[in-house]
Amino acid sequence: MEAERLKRLEAAARQVRYDIVEAIGNIGIGHFGGALSIVEVLTVLYFSQMNASPANAKDPGRDKLVLSKGHAGPALYAVLAQKGYFPRETLFTLNQGGTSLPSHCDRNLTPGIDMTTGSLGQGLSVAIGMALADRMDGRKNRIFAIIGDGESDEGQVWEAAMAASQYGLSNLIAFTDYNKMNIDGLTSEIMNLDDLGAKWRAFNWNVLRTDGHDLEAIDRAIDAARLESDRPTMIILDTIKGKGCSIAEGKLSSHNMAISKEQKEKALGELSAAMGELS
Amino acid sequence: MSARDMRDAYCEALVELAEEDERIVLLEADLMGANGTTAFKEKFPKRFFNAGVAEANMVSMAAGLAVCGKIPFAASFACFAARRAYDQFFISVNYARAKVNLTGTDPGISAVFNGGTHMSFEDIGLMRGIPGLVIYEPADDISLKALVKEAAYHPGPTYLRLHRKGASSLYAQGEEFRLGKAKVLRDGADIAILATGYLLVPEALKAAELLAGEGIDAAVIDLHTIKPLDEELVLHYAKKTGAVMVCENHQVATGVGSAVAMFLSENLPTRMQCIGIRDEFGQVGDLAFLKQRFGLNADRIFHKARELLGRKGE
Repeated sequence: MEAERLKRLEAAARQVRYDIVEAIGNIGIGHFGGALSIVEVLTVLYFSQMNASPANAKDPGRDKLVLSKGHAGPALYAVLAQKGYFPRETLFTLNQGGTSLPSHCDRNLTPGIDMTTGSLGQGLSVAIGMALADRMDGRKNRIFAIIGDGESDEGQVWEAAMAASQYGLSNLIAFTDYNKMNIDGLTSEIMNLDDLGAKWRAFNWNVLRTDGHDLEAIDRAIDAARLESDRPTMIILDTIKGKGCSIAEGKLSSHNMAISKEQKEKALGELSAAMGELS
Repeated sequence: MSARDMRDAYCEALVELAEEDERIVLLEADLMGANGTTAFKEKFPKRFFNAGVAEANMVSMAAGLAVCGKIPFAASFACFAARRAYDQFFISVNYARAKVNLTGTDPGISAVFNGGTHMSFEDIGLMRGIPGLVIYEPADDISLKALVKEAAYHPGPTYLRLHRKGASSLYAQGEEFRLGKAKVLRDGADIAILATGYLLVPEALKAAELLAGEGIDAAVIDLHTIKPLDEELVLHYAKKTGAVMVCENHQVATGVGSAVAMFLSENLPTRMQCIGIRDEFGQVGDLAFLKQRFGLNADRIFHKARELLGRKGE
């Protein structure tokens, strides 16, 4: 990736992270950790890979995303605001009565949201239906889906795993946000996913694995997934819950965490300093 | 034209819809043969998806197809369509406003030899709790075909309770049906018997004959759409007769009877009797045994109607 493009992606990701902290910080509680762990993949998708913008929001041939771990909505909202789907100020209405930005993604409320999610385990199946419909109609687009590692405890994920390969959905590219944490403890202790790549390979998926905070590596992995012609692809992203904020990074408590005014200011200060250093 | 098996009429409706509209697609969860939709698959192999024995995945996939412009019908036995895939139908379909038509087959005692595990006495109750959902249970092949075709173009999701085995026509070819508009099969001034579905509507008609033998003038109404309730007609007959019976192949609690009772209690408190399952699980047996066991027959409707009329005006 040329340096200029990478720089642009880095700047976009920093802004997304800043906006997540400010939006959740404003209301004082939210799904902080799991939003921060997918900042890089969302940035790469919307600023490098996906054919999706406010201009083609109604075009059936656009690329679509199902954020199956719907509680990470605030991360996606920060990306969509930066893409121009709605004004940045809207981010600060998060979870307030009457808002268009609820905790969990809602296709009927938020411009740019392709599917309603929030009950874990359903999004990958929905993405299969979308991929089937678009393939049937001869569209050349891709359907992307992001599932969580804790979400992978749901049996329906594995029903979907079987179905997507049965139907040979090479137009489906999924990601697992493998931040190694459930809500109640480490994934390895709650319900061990063990060799997650081997599981997806056993279901006959094309499996890739990469550092989920390395923009360039994620971009390369998606490029590679696009070359697959017979099977769906699962890109396992090694991530850190709460990435980029010292109040949350690597902390089990970050799933749905209360954030005081002081913590918010501290986190925003850290992110501003990092932005200053890099710009 | 003689009556067709209910599932054949269902498949015919789907094929006719699909011939005219390429958005129509069908999903099954390894019960294509049982649900009678093999002909659809043969005619439209690219628009048919077998999800295997994975109802939750099937219903969420249908949601994905719907948000990308398709009009999916998805089916399984009612016990699985409603109980097992309820959250998927609730969130991915209804909450997300994805236009999916779900079909639950073998409702209530029509699961016969599959027994108690497969007997859905609660699917109407589950579905009634979903805001805006249309729930319908046609009583014969003619109304089934017409209502499936209407459901395909209803703007929101629908749930069809389909008695799949059995062939008898109550209506003439060409009769018109509208979701939400009940059919008066027999007018009457003394008591109104509202019945739902393939098993109970004919039993209600038989009961009305028995009542006529005693000089009781019973109206029989085919309440093919359970939600939304045809409030206008229910109110009209409650006023006219002052005695209302509701007959259904389902738990009385949370079923059609409780929907009618709630409506009337708020608008025109009326003496009622409900024929249905009373807080019991299902069990195995043939249809004759099960109808007798759970009191879903003309004889019981007749006796309960007399009982109700005996109390009328007290």
